[in-house]
Amino acid sequence: MAKRDDLGLRAALADRLLPVLVAAMSFLAALGLAGTLASASLAHSWQSQASDTLTIQVPQPNNPDASGKTTRLAAVQAALAQTPGVTNPQVMSQADENALLTPWLGEDATQLGLQMPGVISASWAGPGSPDALGEALDKISAGTMVDAGAVWAARVAALTSSLQDCAAAVLVIVALVAAAVVAVAARAGLAQRRDTITIVHGLGALDGDIATRFANRAVVLVAAGSVAGTLLALPVLDWLAALAAPFSGQMTGSALSNVPMPLWFILPLLPIAAAGIGWATAQLTVRSWLRSLP
Amino acid sequence: MVRFEDVWLKYRNPARPGAPAKDILRAISFEIPDGGFRWLTGPSGAGKTSLLKLIYLAEHPTQGLIDILGTRAANITRREAALLRRRIGVVYQDFRLLPQLSAYDNVALPMRLAHRGETQINADVTEILRWVGLEDRLHARPDELSGGAQQRIAIARAVVARPKLLVADEPTGNLDDEQAQRLMLLITALNRLGTTVVVATHNMALVERYPAPKLRIEDGKLVQNG
Repeated sequence: MAKRDDLGLRAALADRLLPVLVAAMSFLAALGLAGTLASASLAHSWQSQASDTLTIQVPQPNNPDASGKTTRLAAVQAALAQTPGVTNPQVMSQADENALLTPWLGEDATQLGLQMPGVISASWAGPGSPDALGEALDKISAGTMVDAGAVWAARVAALTSSLQDCAAAVLVIVALVAAAVVAVAARAGLAQRRDTITIVHGLGALDGDIATRFANRAVVLVAAGSVAGTLLALPVLDWLAALAAPFSGQMTGSALSNVPMPLWFILPLLPIAAAGIGWATAQLTVRSWLRSLP
Repeated sequence: MVRFEDVWLKYRNPARPGAPAKDILRAISFEIPDGGFRWLTGPSGAGKTSLLKLIYLAEHPTQGLIDILGTRAANITRREAALLRRRIGVVYQDFRLLPQLSAYDNVALPMRLAHRGETQINADVTEILRWVGLEDRLHARPDELSGGAQQRIAIARAVVARPKLLVADEPTGNLDDEQAQRLMLLITALNRLGTTVVVATHNMALVERYPAPKLRIEDGKLVQNG
């Protein structure tokens, strides 16, 4: 079929409503994509920080240990230094402990007369989980507790995995809604141009030719709407990225500089994907409708 | 060649789903050889338009076999049906022009569907529009033209691609006598060049002026063949 608008599709295929609806869908898809990327990035960052961290609490740290030769805190620290897989054991200073407890206990927790445990931070680089470490340290200094970051890392992983699933579900829903919007627009165009299409069909137009004319028109409208929606999403993404900067360790800067680099590569794919959805949906809708003709 | 063999066409009334189907055409059998000419006559409502629709593949028969230009209509794919339609020129009773297109583009449509070059399209469309006396209305849209002019455009569109089979439903209904004569000259010229022609008409004067075998239908039955 000729490249000209013989079917009158410029007038028939909603050239105002469809791009606006697709722009809205693309806006949401851009946010969904950003959410997927952000949750993946945060998950990676938090897990790598938390999974290898050990926090050991030693009650009555200055009392003698089981052997009576040294303090409980020093005994645990020495044991940690000799345990394979444990690296960099550091006793937390009183000042650091106070800083941690200040939100709950005030400026100087020692004035409350509480028995503060000694705290040792270390990294776990051994194979498997450090579960057996707690039992070993308890024998050296009764009541010693080991808090492994891996437990928290697993919880963070579960949370961020759920967030990623939600973001992916949003993307799928947005894609389905966009396809439905294109299908409705194509059916409206078919209804409006029913006589024309019946005539052209009778003159020997192939189903594929007619469907491609609709699909090409849909691609133009969908791509235009999607580009607009994606561009409109950029300032919002920049604002959200600026809000999230303290958590991700990034610095805020000039306009749009907060948008993560991977998004700059992925966002241009959004109009392409939208155009693909529009083309395929229009093809399917029109070919299905043409089946009603002999 | 056009061949009908015991063809039946029944319609169900969608408003009365339980009602029995109505016979529109009953046990129609005839054959038109390549390059043949047939008048199709009969009273209004006899089934002439339905029979033409079967010929130009706008309907499927309820029963029976139809061969069009050597192809068994029941055995072809949708693509093959479309390609077969390109070899059939149709003049519809209600013209069926595309309102958004000019006279020129309406006539050019079958050639564009067949992916002919614009140079050839321009030459052929201009020539055929000159033939039907509309060379000065190339850019007029259908709603800017009289009924007679629209019918001439419909005729030009039907013949511009030099079809192997020409089917016309009351092609002279909106034409004055001179234009009708001119149209019949065009149709008989095409027929002499090998196009098989079927023309449905009420105009018995026209039939007598251009003697040819007749297919006469009454109440859905073929009552005269030859």
